[in-house]
Amino acid sequence: MTYLAKPRLLTADAPRNALGYTRRDYEGAISTLCAGCGHDSISAAIVQACFDLDIEPHRVAKLSGIGCSSKTPDYFLGNSHGFNSVHGRMPSVLTGAALANRNLIYLGVSGDGDSASIGIGQFAHAMRRGVNMTYIVENNGVYGLTKGQFSATADKGSKSKRGVVNSDSPIDLVTLALQLGASYVGRSFSGDKEQLVPLIKGALRHNGPAFIDVISPCVTFNNHAGSTKSYDYVREHNEAVNRVEVILPRDKIETSYPPGSLRRVVQHDGSILHLRKLAEDYDPSDRIGAINYLQGRQALGEIVTGLLYVDSSALDMHSHLNTVEKPLNQLGDAYLCPGSKVLEALNTSLR
Amino acid sequence: MKPTDTNAPDYFHKVVDCQWACPAHTPVPEYIRQIAAGQFAEAYMINWRSNVFPGILGRVCDRPCEPACRRGRVDKEPVAICRLKRVAADYKEDIHERLPVAPKQKNGKRIACVGAGPASLTVARDLAVLGYEVTVFDDGKTAGGMMRSQIPKFRLPDSVIDEECGYIEGLDVAIFQNRWIASLRDLLAEDWDAVFVGTGAPRGRDADLAGRRESSAHIHVGIEWLANVAFGHVSEIGRRVIVLGGGNTAMDCCRSARRLGGEDVRVVVRSGFDEMKASPWEKEDAMHEGIPIHNFLMHKEFLHDNGRLTGVRFEKVRAEYDEKGRRNLVPTGEPDIVMECDDVLIAIGQENAFPWIERDIGLEFDKWGLPVLDPVTLQSTLPRVFFGGDAAFGPKNIITAVAQGHEAAISIDRFCRGRPLDKRPPATVNLVSQKMGIHEWSYDNQISEEARRKVPVKSLEEALSNIKAEFELGFDPRLACAETERCLNCDVQTVFTPKLCIECDGCVDICPTECITFTANGEEDDLRTRLKAPSRNPDQALYVADGLKTQRVMVKDENVCLHCGMCAERCPTGAWDMQKFYLNTALAGAEAPRT
Repeated sequence: MTYLAKPRLLTADAPRNALGYTRRDYEGAISTLCAGCGHDSISAAIVQACFDLDIEPHRVAKLSGIGCSSKTPDYFLGNSHGFNSVHGRMPSVLTGAALANRNLIYLGVSGDGDSASIGIGQFAHAMRRGVNMTYIVENNGVYGLTKGQFSATADKGSKSKRGVVNSDSPIDLVTLALQLGASYVGRSFSGDKEQLVPLIKGALRHNGPAFIDVISPCVTFNNHAGSTKSYDYVREHNEAVNRVEVILPRDKIETSYPPGSLRRVVQHDGSILHLRKLAEDYDPSDRIGAINYLQGRQALGEIVTGLLYVDSSALDMHSHLNTVEKPLNQLGDAYLCPGSKVLEALNTSLR
Repeated sequence: MKPTDTNAPDYFHKVVDCQWACPAHTPVPEYIRQIAAGQFAEAYMINWRSNVFPGILGRVCDRPCEPACRRGRVDKEPVAICRLKRVAADYKEDIHERLPVAPKQKNGKRIACVGAGPASLTVARDLAVLGYEVTVFDDGKTAGGMMRSQIPKFRLPDSVIDEECGYIEGLDVAIFQNRWIASLRDLLAEDWDAVFVGTGAPRGRDADLAGRRESSAHIHVGIEWLANVAFGHVSEIGRRVIVLGGGNTAMDCCRSARRLGGEDVRVVVRSGFDEMKASPWEKEDAMHEGIPIHNFLMHKEFLHDNGRLTGVRFEKVRAEYDEKGRRNLVPTGEPDIVMECDDVLIAIGQENAFPWIERDIGLEFDKWGLPVLDPVTLQSTLPRVFFGGDAAFGPKNIITAVAQGHEAAISIDRFCRGRPLDKRPPATVNLVSQKMGIHEWSYDNQISEEARRKVPVKSLEEALSNIKAEFELGFDPRLACAETERCLNCDVQTVFTPKLCIECDGCVDICPTECITFTANGEEDDLRTRLKAPSRNPDQALYVADGLKTQRVMVKDENVCLHCGMCAERCPTGAWDMQKFYLNTALAGAEAPRT
């Protein structure tokens, strides 16, 4: 946390992407979160992912609810569209925006309070409706803004900063997302950008609801011994099932792996996901298998990370509802409001 | 890579690029902060301790610090370090109370310094405060050496030289002017405990071409002519003047000629414009005064009409580089060029000359006519005799002469006390945290994004009408203050403590120049390819720290760090801290460590 804005001074050889932008062009205002907050790392990962994918900032809409996590869209993509909605209501506002204009890339940023407590209903319906979006939950297991009470994702038996033991069962958003029909599901850790950045890139290029649960330690209230969402605990218990590499149609494929160790998934838009296997028996195309695997490993106290499930042929809400291709703001008045005669004809046809 | 040993005093010193580049290692960022705070006398004294002549150097220093300045790597131009030094000298209050006092009780050792230039005066200052009886001999009327005789008054007024030489005379240093030392043998016979030779490089190189002898009345050797101008023996020159040579002396010659009646003054150089030895700003100043610079022309003949100089004939050349990268100037074969002129000033180099040193007294000279010296102690083959400044290793600049004066003073002090000369007292280093509170540092860490300020100058008309009128007006305090803000405070070091780090990436994400990376260790060449921002300056160190929980290493590329302290502000555990590095270079009298 700092009060000063980052100086704009740039070296002449700062890397630029295909659009000529530097990473700095994808940043937002200076963060006011606590120093060391995992959320800032996730913001940086989003900046990196958008830079790598050559995304034009004005093509992104970032939406959020309330909470530490939901403040973060102010700290990245300063030139993108944004909407800071009501607590837990990001999914419905985003769904409405997506219905009105399907040409934008939708990024929903939420937290464990915003999505697993007050907004769990909204979360569930966005997943099952198949809204084409990237849904990132910055999950730290506590209510940081109200001084560190357990949130709904806090593990049973974990300890608060003051030594209180959590007696409630946790909600596992990843299992819920799998169950509810998300077509791209991953889990990662804010302290591991090598894993997180490709996961976000894959999600941004995915057609359909993409959900990423990012464990993001709260340095102020949940980074102590006894916490299961501290930097140390997550590093010790992190079990990645695979490593993702996102390959765009324009890229040359240079990586080579021994046969059988690599799974290649071609997404709807032509981008390719290279999944390098880390867990021998893991199949990311098997939804039920994934749920079973997660439950089994979770019972052993492991935190399973990686791209857990992907269905590249999934359809999204627009194809379910057969909506019009063009954004509503480009259709024109005559098309949107064809007049009373057309209405009358329609009514007559239904009588 | 091996983890960086930040306890090695050179590591952090090298990060302070300006200070590292300064031969006298002046603590530049520290005095710039003092200027920013309006503490001009304080800033002056920091300079005075290191470089003895802040007012002089603030006007005419060769400023090796500025090309080295980090700001030049992240911005278009470096901080105007040199001219800020002048601000400290211009606006300070009386500093006499801050000056050291020579002890009343002398230590009985007598030191003779030959020549009253910057090297000798530095030796005199450093030794006088220790109780040595120092006597300086010079054949001129006043102290200052080449600073007074060769640098035009419109760049360096006499009053500045008088003031700063006066501070040294005030330390009970006897300066004998108008005394020419004709024999080192005789001087040594006077029983001095040590003799320091700081006689500079007093001979200007001549151009021995056809017509030189015949038209000698209007052909002048640059530094001699400058001295004659400085002392008022010459007050006019022909209307059309050609200056031969591309160094700073050539620039002083042409600008002086312009002020003494030269209307068509031109500089003609063998080399290309960029390869000229003159500092870029001196070339700019000359061109600003309407003096064209002609490149790739080799002087071949002085043309005359029965002894009256009429012009110079030049051959066109171009530069060719051999496989070793050495430059050869070869004729292009195009027809020669003749330029008409009334006077020629030859400024094609300077040479050392020691006509007063007998060659049979045990003092050896090398084949170039330079004394054989120990490069560190500056002791000659006659143990009692030391050299410094241009007299030691050939013509360089004032700040180098000062630095060598400090080293020679240390040697002379140790010599007189019977201590081994090769065991030198080390510089001492202080490293102090600047943290005052959560977002408070005891330095201004906000980075100015403003461009370099230009120094106000006199109007051309006014400047050219009076050769004694100082051309530059200097920064006023308001401009100076704005310029000080451009300093990046490179001496406030980023110090990393691995055992406190929780690897949250906060520093990596906030760093404005992306100079921090956490990654697996490797060899330096490999590591440089894996950093977050491209690392293309191998002259700048990588700061590597191990001992992290994930077994990775923290790698910081020092190249473009802005020292803004944002990494430390973002660090939740205080693993990063901003600590001010202050280097006290050793002066004579400091003790070498016992080993």
